Amino acid sequence: MKIIYRDKVWELKGNITVRDAIKKVGLQPEAVLAMRDGKLITDDVIAKPDDTIRLIAVVSGG
Amino acid sequence: MKCRKCGATAVINMRQHRLSLCQDHFLEWVPQQVQRAIEHFRMFAPDEKVLVAVSGGKDSLSLWDILLRLGYAADGLYIHLGIPDGGYSDVSQQKVERFAAERGAKFLVVNVAAEYGMSTPEVSRRKPGRSTCGTCGLVKRHIMNQVAYEGGYAVLATGHNLDDEAAVLFQNVLHWATGYLARQAPVLPSTHPKLVRKVKPLIRLYEREMAAYALLRGIDYIYEECPYSRGATTLFYKELLNQLEERSPGAKQMFYLSFLQAREEGRLLPAEAGEVELGECQRCGQPTSVPDLCAFCRLWEGAVIGQGPQEAEEQ
Repeated sequence: MKIIYRDKVWELKGNITVRDAIKKVGLQPEAVLAMRDGKLITDDVIAKPDDTIRLIAVVSGG
Repeated sequence: MKCRKCGATAVINMRQHRLSLCQDHFLEWVPQQVQRAIEHFRMFAPDEKVLVAVSGGKDSLSLWDILLRLGYAADGLYIHLGIPDGGYSDVSQQKVERFAAERGAKFLVVNVAAEYGMSTPEVSRRKPGRSTCGTCGLVKRHIMNQVAYEGGYAVLATGHNLDDEAAVLFQNVLHWATGYLARQAPVLPSTHPKLVRKVKPLIRLYEREMAAYALLRGIDYIYEECPYSRGATTLFYKELLNQLEERSPGAKQMFYLSFLQAREEGRLLPAEAGEVELGECQRCGQPTSVPDLCAFCRLWEGAVIGQGPQEAEEQ
């Protein structure tokens, strides 16, 4: 699966949950939201190999 | 994961509440939490006029959206600080304008450079020893109170969420800053006729929930952090607290809400610890705890007559 966060992209192998994927790329599950096909998903979702997951930082603005 | 209320696919799971909700039920649940905070802390009554300080970020725009949805008379205030990086302040203002136009909501704009002759980063550069964030906070507090008071608003609302408050609490505890701890509250009452009551209606909600709310409501907010906040200590504290949250869901909530409870019950500090005698600034007339000029007027006076680094370069 492909994980996109700000200007970074990671390719992860295997069927793992979004939560595990977030941790694997070194981010905090509490600090991001996950979107697939433009829709918000919970982090227990098991991502398929051809999925693209976009992570949104929850800290923003000023 | 399924929505606990209807069984549809959930869009968010809130581990601290053991609650997962679908889009519709989450968008119902958030305003309920805000209404609960408004009532529990007696923030304001349904007939009181509210001024919402909006930055163009997810929290303040969502707060404004929620208050309007709840039926409150809420106007917005945008303070253009003059942050240049990629037109940060200009872009933020556009987000606020679009939001207000879509809802037919009323808002006011104060442009710091136009009003006072210098942008916030400029005045900060001319005051060595003062951090940009410190200066910015002072400028915002002054303008927010002035606009709210002059506009006859009963209350000024800001979009601080639980993560913001927990990070500040963590900082205050690390320093045992008892004065700040005594004043860190969801409601700062008016202790002077010219000081408008300040409230934080989002204090029950996590940062993550506020981001989800903004996304699901289609609120176009400024996603990038303020360029001056990068590497800021409070962001690091938020990370630390999120590590705790990961290990023990609900840790942030417990840290902050049990502080409020202890404070309310007088188990932390004597009630009078946070009280400060206020006079009026001789120049602007706004409430101040120091004699003669308030901190805001001193800031500008020093910047104009002082020999700041930029002025020295220009000469």
